[in-house]
This record gives sequence, C-alpha cells and structure tokens, in this order.
Amino acid sequence: MRAALFVTCVNDALYPSTGIATVRLLERLGVEVDFPAAQTCCGQPQFNTGYRRGTEPLVRRMTRVFDGYDYVVTPSGSCAAMVRHHYPRIGGEDAAGLASRTYELTEFLVDVVGVTDVGAYFPHTVTYHPSCHGLRMLGLGERPRKLLESVRGLELRELPGADECCGFGGTFALKNSDVSAAMGQDKVHHAVTTGAEVLCGADNSCLMHIDGILRREGAAPRAVHLAEILASTEEEPWS
Amino acid sequence: MSGTYLGMPAFPVAAKEAVGNETLRGNLRHATHTIRDKRARAVAELADWDLLREAGKQIKDRTLRHLDRYLLQLEESVTAAGGVVHWAADAEEANRIVADLVKATGEREVVKVKSMATQEIGLNEALAAEGIAAYETDLAELIVQLGEDRPSHILVPAIHRNRGEIREIFRDRMGEWGRAAPDGLSDTPAELAEAARLHLREKFLRAKVGVSGANFMVAETGTLVVVESEGNGRMCLTLPETLISVVGIEKVVPSWRDLEVFLQTLPRSSTAERMNPYTSMWTGTHDSDGPRNFHLVLLDNGRTDTLADEVGRQALRCIRCSACLNVCPVYERAGGHAYGSVYPGPIGAILSPQLRGTRSEIDASLPYASSLCGACYEVCPVAIDIPEVLVHLRERVADQGGKGHRLEKAMMKAAGWVLDHPGVLAAGERAASRTRALHPSKPPGAGAWTDARELPELPPEPFRDWWKKNRGNDRKDSGT
Repeated sequence: MRAALFVTCVNDALYPSTGIATVRLLERLGVEVDFPAAQTCCGQPQFNTGYRRGTEPLVRRMTRVFDGYDYVVTPSGSCAAMVRHHYPRIGGEDAAGLASRTYELTEFLVDVVGVTDVGAYFPHTVTYHPSCHGLRMLGLGERPRKLLESVRGLELRELPGADECCGFGGTFALKNSDVSAAMGQDKVHHAVTTGAEVLCGADNSCLMHIDGILRREGAAPRAVHLAEILASTEEEPWS
Repeated sequence: MSGTYLGMPAFPVAAKEAVGNETLRGNLRHATHTIRDKRARAVAELADWDLLREAGKQIKDRTLRHLDRYLLQLEESVTAAGGVVHWAADAEEANRIVADLVKATGEREVVKVKSMATQEIGLNEALAAEGIAAYETDLAELIVQLGEDRPSHILVPAIHRNRGEIREIFRDRMGEWGRAAPDGLSDTPAELAEAARLHLREKFLRAKVGVSGANFMVAETGTLVVVESEGNGRMCLTLPETLISVVGIEKVVPSWRDLEVFLQTLPRSSTAERMNPYTSMWTGTHDSDGPRNFHLVLLDNGRTDTLADEVGRQALRCIRCSACLNVCPVYERAGGHAYGSVYPGPIGAILSPQLRGTRSEIDASLPYASSLCGACYEVCPVAIDIPEVLVHLRERVADQGGKGHRLEKAMMKAAGWVLDHPGVLAAGERAASRTRALHPSKPPGAGAWTDARELPELPPEPFRDWWKKNRGNDRKDSGT
C-alpha cells in the first residue's frame, strides 16, 4: 500500500517530529510513504479568515501535487476537514476527488490499514483532547481512543470537558485573544486535574496553543501529538 | 436595530471586559452548563431527533422559498378572522405603527410579553418618547428592565445575574415601577417569584393594551403561537382590549401540521422540557372572548436582504431556542452583552450582521467572534450551519476592507504567494530554523499571542529537510 503524506505547513515548519513520527509509524505498518515536496498549505487559514479567493491557487496546487495517489494521509484533523469539506466547493471535481482520497491519520490507520493496535509502547499517563474539527467535522469518534487504548504501558485518563474547544481557532487566537486565552486556560486546568504526564491530541495547531499556555503557567502535562505516541516503541522510545 | 446598542465597541473589546469579570463568568458557566446537560438528556429521549431536525430544516426552507405567497395567505387569513395586518419595512416604520395604534386607544401604558422583535426595533424607547410606558412581564425581562440593563441571552435574558443581584434589583427598583417588593425579601427563588407575581398581577389587571411577539404564525388560519413557561403570555394575550403582535416575517409556517415538528424541538432545545408549560394560540378577534382589537405588525427590518443571500439565508430558519448559546465556549466567556444585539451568541453573530449590515465596528467584528468549533451547528434543531455562515460573512467583511482588513488582506496575499512557491517557503523555513537562537521570545507584534501564551520553539530543521536527508525518494520534484 502506498500513501502520500500531507504533512501540513504547521508540522513542516514548527513540528517536524510529528511528520517524522507519522512516516516511521506508517512504514512500520508496511505502508510505502511518499512526500511530494511541492506541497505547502491547504489554505485553511486564508479560507477561515474570509479570503476565499486567496485559497483557490492553494487548492489547485494541492490537487495537482497529490494527483495520482490512492491515499493522502495527514496528521491533522483540521487540515483533513478543510480538504474534505471545503475543497469540493472551492476547486470543483478534481478537488472533490482529492477530498475523497484524503484521510486524517487515525482514520487511515483504523479504516484503511485496518489496525487499532499499532504495536506501540508508551509507558506514561496520557489524557486525550479531541480537537473540534476531528471530532465534529470528520466524526473521528472512538478511533483515536481505540488506538491509544491499544498502546502498551499507556494509562489513559479522562479529560473533563474533553469535547469543548481549546480556544485556538486559527486567527481567532489573535483576533479574540482574551476569549481564546480564557478557553485555553480552562482546558489546561482540566488537563492538570487529570494528573497525566502527557496531553495528547491529533492537531498540532491546537496543541501549540495549549502548550503555549501550559508553558506560560509552568503546568505539568506536556503536549504531544498522537503520532509520536503511536510511533514510540520499546526499541525506539519517544523522547 | 435598537438605539440601545448603537456605539457598541467591537466584540474583542467588549469581550475583554466580560472575560475579566469573575462573577459574570461564574454565573454564565453555571447557567449554560446546567441547561446544556439537561438539553442533551431531553434530546436523547427522542429516537427520531435527527428526522425531526431535518423536517424542521425542510419546512423552514420551503416556507422561505415561497415567503411572499405564505405572507399574503397569512394576511388574508388574519383579516378574515377580524384582525388588521400592517407591514413594516424597518424599525422606524414598525415603531410608528405601534405608537399610533396605542395612541388611538387613548391609553398611556402597555404590557408586553415575549417579543425579541420589539427589542430588536427598540420599541420601548420609541414608546417612551411618545409618553407611553411599556411594562415587560417575562420574569427575566422584568429583571432586565428594572435593572436598567440589557438582555444577554435569548431565552434567559437575565442569565448574567445571580439570585443575590436580582434581590437587590427588586428591593431597590420595583416601587418606582409599580407595587414595591415585600419587606425582608430574601433571595430564595420562591420569594423572588412571588414578589414578581404580585408586582405583575397589578399591571395585567389594569392594562388595556398588550404587545406581544410570536414564535410562529400559521398561514392557513391566521393563527399566532407563543410558547412560554410563566403564564404571563396568556395574561397579556387575553386580558387587554387591544392586542398588538409584532412579528418578524420569517416566523410564518404554512400549516398547523408544521407546528407539530417545532412544538417538539423548540422546548427540548431551549428549556430541556418535553413540552413547554404554556402554549397560547390566538386567531383574530371574537365577540365574547379575548381582545376586541387585534393588530399584526409584520416586520422586515433586513430580513428580505438576508433572504437574498444564498448562504446566509439559513439564519432565518432560527426558532430562537438558544441551544447554540448554551454550548458556545465563546458566549460562555464573553457574555451576551459583548455581541451588541438582542441576538447574542452564535446565532447573533450571523443574524445581526445580516439584519444590520457589516458597516459598524461591532457588526464587522461579529463574524470573527467564533473559534469555528462547530458545537452550535451540532445542537441546532433546524440545522443552521453557523460556522459556514460565519466564514461566508467574514468574506464579506474582508472584501469591504474596513479597519485592519486592508493590512490583513496584503499579508494574506503575500503568504498566499509564498505558499504557491514551495522553493521560497522551504528557504524561509530553513533560514528561520538556522537563526532560531537569535529570535526573541516575545517578538514585536506577537502581543496578541504572547500575552497569555509562549510561542512554540523553532525546530532545528523543517520536516521537508529531514525528508530530503533521510528518505529523498519523493516521486515529485520539489520545484515550483
């Protein structure tokens, strides 16, 4: 099975470890991974801020770059949701084709590869924040939880108010920074009450916001992308 | 809309104040979470909820597609039943019609129930200017009116107040408006309710003119419907000699059969009740019962403009249940007043800029008052895709290029160009990573982020460089 990795602009520039983990994980499961280097950004920041026309060239680029792959995998529920829901309306038939072949990482693992136990080892206490776009726009449901529950050594702890938004919301974090920060602080306080060592999510943009507040407050859990947990094994542990 | 809201600051400014108010945040958090949990349980009882939601959406959409026809049918039915229909294009016209109708009765006071439409047009202020006193009779509206305050929630207008604050308002202000609060009034719900009962009863029995809104209007019979919880609606609708109902044109439904859907979805979505305690319906006039004169003022005030927008028109499906407010994380922190409108929360963020236009600072900021988390869409009983409309309205605001948006547009354009040239992007990422030790932890201009959050640390190399070094077998060239 061959799949193209859509690493996303945030992961490329700020969180390469998520992309690396995704590659290692997929290769371990027997998936041949390609990284078309002409990819950039899905256009969600522009689209969600009201610059629809500015997204059109990016939608065309994405459609061209990922042409010919049966599967496009991305470790971001938010970017996957952008492609899945908005591309057909912005980029017509070809973009709709890409939308139907694009999978968020946990969807790809559970629905396409057909695994929930990916052979990971992660001896830590973990709490999971399901980001809104993965939760509501993609309907990821129990997939991330099933994957986490199958990780050896991992103890999963319930996050109170898990389905509430962390307050990132793209440019919302800047345009309404006070409300955004208040939402993030509540999310962080909930995470702290779990006593978990790690707050895990499947979107680095939300994690960037949550981690930014955790570090500002000197609070305990570390924010870690789900891909890094699933990539971690006894032989090559997460560090 | 109401003059009360003119000159409101943009949402982020108003929200900043609310976020810093601990009492307000506590009141809102407690109230919204209580209603939200109860709603989820009430909805879960119905196995056909998804079908009801779809039916509600379809009924509203069909009605809106043929709105002209159903309104004319409604006018015919109301007239045949002995009522008089008035058409008001905007707030000013509606206020003038109502004021003239009240003056024609020779009265100087009216009792009011359940009408966001009259708040939208600022009717109370317009009547006051004509020397007519308008008394609100919904308990929460009474609290808001006595406190010289503004409503902050669609269903619970005084949601921002707690019991202690309400006791103070009753004790200090009731006497100025009518019967004073009893001595030694405590803050128990029963005592507060009884004080309001006595205060309002006096007004119900005295008033000769009632002013109402309506949740629905049935075209086939000319019947208007109000659902409520306190019984004040029935008092206002049946005791006065003259009844004036001010209703937005989008509230019409074709037939009684259509009501069946909404009478199930509205109470569960709003108060988490299987059925609301009072459902009052009135059709024209009758010789031996109820008001002798009935006037229906059909209000446009921006609604046909909203209807003309293919994406935005779905906001007119709204049945004002307020479920979206109760699940909205932004509303929970910012409070209802920050939205600068009688319609707060997610629905207000898409309705107000459509009804009023996006030229004022507050209206241009409302489409951005959301993290697009989608919780509002999930609970909406008529499936209004609020995030979709928000993004659509952002496009309108960005296009008109007001404050801040010209610079933003230039930046988006520049970013778009870089993102369409991967070579440039890669070089930029590489340069940023290599110089990361030199970057300040709080770079100039990053204040909106760094006030409450640390910036992410830049990695030693971007992903694309790792790939090139460690895999480098990509099928496609890394060119442009």
